[in-house]
Amino acid sequence: MAEGVRARVKAPATAAAGESVTIKTLISHPMESGQRKDGDGNPIPRAIINRFTCVFNGETVVDVMLEPAISTNPYFEFEATIPEAGDMVFTWYDDDGSVYEETKSIAIG
Amino acid sequence: MTFTRRQAIATGTGFAVALALPLPARAALEDTIAEFTAGAAVGEGGITLTAPEIAENGNTVPVEVDAPGAVAVMLLASGNPSPDVCTFSFGSLAGAQRASTRIRLAGTQDVIAIAKMGDGSFTRTQSTVKVTIGGCGG
Repeated sequence: MAEGVRARVKAPATAAAGESVTIKTLISHPMESGQRKDGDGNPIPRAIINRFTCVFNGETVVDVMLEPAISTNPYFEFEATIPEAGDMVFTWYDDDGSVYEETKSIAIG
Repeated sequence: MTFTRRQAIATGTGFAVALALPLPARAALEDTIAEFTAGAAVGEGGITLTAPEIAENGNTVPVEVDAPGAVAVMLLASGNPSPDVCTFSFGSLAGAQRASTRIRLAGTQDVIAIAKMGDGSFTRTQSTVKVTIGGCGG
């Protein structure tokens, strides 16, 4: 597991039923591309987050496949339709097998 | 000016390297596109790619794609060591087929976005980004 990984999500606490809301996510992660070399000229092995998903009450909002060309601390902004109150689950999958998860509850109001 | 044998070899090697380098990169780009589209024809229009004209730092270049009616959008960087950047798949609850992120660019190059529409057709757009400092280490 990469060290100091912290996920941050900005989502509204409430939304009107059927409304489309903007979601912003950021996760602190080095996203080592595998292209860089250390001081001795040895390549630094690749270590990235390779997949990100956002699911609301079991329905997919967005599913992203990430490659090494995504910047350090991957940031995503997208829109989600909120048909009813529920939980939005954000999941990041690391190359090393670890999974980082974050949940936000959105109420109707 | 006369060429020594050593100079001639050095020049020749330089040329060979210059000629050989772009070819694998181009082939990789074509292969990646073909894999995504499964060989289908790619049209134009219906997709917007917003990227800066000049990016001072190639390590984080903000880009946004907007493709109404798309089920998936693939981003490619034609001049990177590996052209893939990311692929967005929009699910049933996507409010709009719009997403933004930050990407790495090795140098001045074209960023390409290809969208797979709901009816199975493909459309593409591209935008040239000038990069002052490349973002792939090396």
